[in-house]
Amino acid sequence: MTEILIKNGFVVDPLNKINCEKMDIAIKNGKVVAKVNEKNAQVIDAAGLTVMAGGVDIHSHVAGAEVNMGRMIRPEDHYKDPVRKTALTRCGTGYSIPSTFVTGYRYSEMGYTSVFNGSVAALKAKHAHEELNDIPLMDKATYILTGDWWFVLENLAKGDVDECARLVAWLMRATKGYAIKIVNPGGLESWGFGRNVHSIDDPVPNFGITPREIMRGLIKVNKKLNMPHTIHLHTNNLGVPGNYQTTLDTMKAFEDLSTDGKPVAHITHIQFASFKGENWGKFKSGAEEIAKYMNAHNHMTLDMGQVTFSDTTTMTADGPFEFSLYELGGHNKWVNSDVETESSGGIIPFHYKKNSPVNALQWSIGLEIALLIKDPWKIFMTTDHPNGGPFYDYPKVLAWLYSKKAREATLKKCHKSAKKKSLLPSIDRELSLYEIAIMTRAGTAKALGLPDKGHLGVGADADVAIFNINPETLDISQKFRTARKAFANAAYTIKDGTIVVKDGQVVNSQIPGRTFWVDAETKDPCKIDDEMKRKFRDYWTIEFENYPVTDHYVKVSDRLERKASV
Amino acid sequence: MITLTALRAFDVPIQTPCITPENFTGKSLAEIKVLPVTEGVRNLTLGDLFKIEETNDGTSNITINGDCAKVKRVGQGMKTGEITVNGNIGMHTGEKMAGGKIIVNGNAGGWTGSEMKKGTIEIHGDAGDYTASPYRGNDLGMKGGLITVDGNVGTDVGCYNQGGVIKIKGNAGRFLGFHMSDGAIYVEKDVDVRAGALMTGGKIVVGGKMEILPSFTIDNVKPKVKVDSETNVAGPFYVFLGDLSEKGTGKIFANKAANPAFKFYEKYL
Repeated sequence: MTEILIKNGFVVDPLNKINCEKMDIAIKNGKVVAKVNEKNAQVIDAAGLTVMAGGVDIHSHVAGAEVNMGRMIRPEDHYKDPVRKTALTRCGTGYSIPSTFVTGYRYSEMGYTSVFNGSVAALKAKHAHEELNDIPLMDKATYILTGDWWFVLENLAKGDVDECARLVAWLMRATKGYAIKIVNPGGLESWGFGRNVHSIDDPVPNFGITPREIMRGLIKVNKKLNMPHTIHLHTNNLGVPGNYQTTLDTMKAFEDLSTDGKPVAHITHIQFASFKGENWGKFKSGAEEIAKYMNAHNHMTLDMGQVTFSDTTTMTADGPFEFSLYELGGHNKWVNSDVETESSGGIIPFHYKKNSPVNALQWSIGLEIALLIKDPWKIFMTTDHPNGGPFYDYPKVLAWLYSKKAREATLKKCHKSAKKKSLLPSIDRELSLYEIAIMTRAGTAKALGLPDKGHLGVGADADVAIFNINPETLDISQKFRTARKAFANAAYTIKDGTIVVKDGQVVNSQIPGRTFWVDAETKDPCKIDDEMKRKFRDYWTIEFENYPVTDHYVKVSDRLERKASV
Repeated sequence: MITLTALRAFDVPIQTPCITPENFTGKSLAEIKVLPVTEGVRNLTLGDLFKIEETNDGTSNITINGDCAKVKRVGQGMKTGEITVNGNIGMHTGEKMAGGKIIVNGNAGGWTGSEMKKGTIEIHGDAGDYTASPYRGNDLGMKGGLITVDGNVGTDVGCYNQGGVIKIKGNAGRFLGFHMSDGAIYVEKDVDVRAGALMTGGKIVVGGKMEILPSFTIDNVKPKVKVDSETNVAGPFYVFLGDLSEKGTGKIFANKAANPAFKFYEKYL
């Protein structure tokens, strides 16, 4: 394997407390090393450029059944963004739900090297892995919808956390999953009966358990299994005005579970969970309350779910939420699904418009939370691709974060509600490159429990992004467009010690990337008896034997072994 | 004026969104010759496919000669000027057009005038499926402008129409005016089944035979109907309201003489 020496770049590496220092990074055999022989190495002259670790996206819907259903119902979305094949890359389509190969290329062109798939039902895990295999240039993993899986509900209702943990360990192994994903706990099960839960203490029909018990139970399970990531949570009442109260209740419910000061839960796309007001007419921003709580507590991490004003496709396992969105009217299509005994799902194409009072305020809520939370290790940058906007809008989101000028330029074109009903115009904070590196790579890698990602210390994976930004001469907050362009087109992206992108163009598309999955070794195996197999026969459409994702489904498998305490 | 003459018979699809009057304005002949086009998967220039000549008449109007049934996206997004096609033309002609005029002395392909906002398209032959309709899956119908067709049109014509006027001298296929909310469609001859399905507004005027969906209700009988400021059609016509499955208030005018079967509805008047 070739050796690479990145010379004289301004290195931004928050995990090693390096802030824009001029230094060299040496790469050998796909890892960062102390030094290489300059004569044999390929030298990249990074003088005047910013060097960061490869981006790690903590939440993005890039694979699975709902993503593919979104592709199927939106021919007009692909039609406006065809991608031609080149000598190196395959053809495909964008826009809001790009084809798998285009997903890999476009992430890589922005300096991203890892992506974590937001959710997939266990039943659809095979499909998700087949798509993940086809996303080149990226390391990836998928979260598994666990919160409404019947066996979890049954065992938590019984109060048997240990058996539940053993089952979840089996589920992660069976589906090659990375983390416990909970979407609208209890609500998805209720949706099978046309109902929903409206607070964290509403009982779930037929199980006699509440969302609070599900979430707390799974946090305990997560701890017992010693999982790398915390639970990954999409809160109850998402997308409903006034839901910031539910979100606060949820956060408060976990306070006592964090014993070592470390986060116990990650709430994803917080923007959609921070709405204030009794109805859409009185819609207001609840960002201040959420940020205030986050500044006083350390047991949670968040990601933004920023709205970027584009014609996109909303997709979530939260079927009842998509139904209420459809009820608002103005949509010409809606997909609804009930995934047997595990989950639900819904898809609606959605155009976020600047002149809509609600959409404009949603835009400002996402930014408000990100800027009001003082510690960037607690909130990460995402658009909940494609729910708030496609991931290629990340440079835009970054520009809004590091430049007040950029925010004002957009605010001018927005409906006046964004100005009147939020704190955004009064916020002067502008993020530095150091903070941006935390929100896009270092913080996410830390939250995901990936010791070799998100930094450039010796021993780290050789995933590097080099941007054409000179921190000495370029004032990113003033020249936000120049910096935005630099973030959209990485000068170099290095994946596993190979240069894959140069000047925003893919130059090597043959690196497949690895798929991480967690194998938590429990002291006793979970009880797989005739009763469980009978349930599969009675309630699932496939037999127990055909349920697990077999090894050959995962092209480049990276098993993370964990020792469980049960 | 620029004249483009096909150098040979084309047999694979050619994409030429560059052929618009605004795009040619201010460009020399040499610059026009190197405008990029694609033939199948090959990247070519306009000069590779057409003989390009200029006549100095002070306009940048365009004339296209030869059989261009495989040439797509001519006049895409054009705002002013005029394009005359002497022969057939391919799909997506005048897509997203916002002004000017396109005259086709031949047949036009599918999606002609798709997502059109303003301007005129005159087709002196037949037009294909999805004429004046958005691309599949989209609801961005024709917003304004006028399309006239001397021959027949295919299926799904005028879908999601939001204000455009479409006049057809021949027959029309299935799903005419599907989901339309405003504007007018006038077909002088026969219309295939399911005309006006899911329509919520606007009008469809049919001079020949047609079928009416069960989700429409008879409103009255009118002696004549106005299609737009220039066209008044003498009837009498049965007027149907619908589509009731969408709580729609669209109107379908069906010629009384050509549709004796609709006499059945008269008892509900």
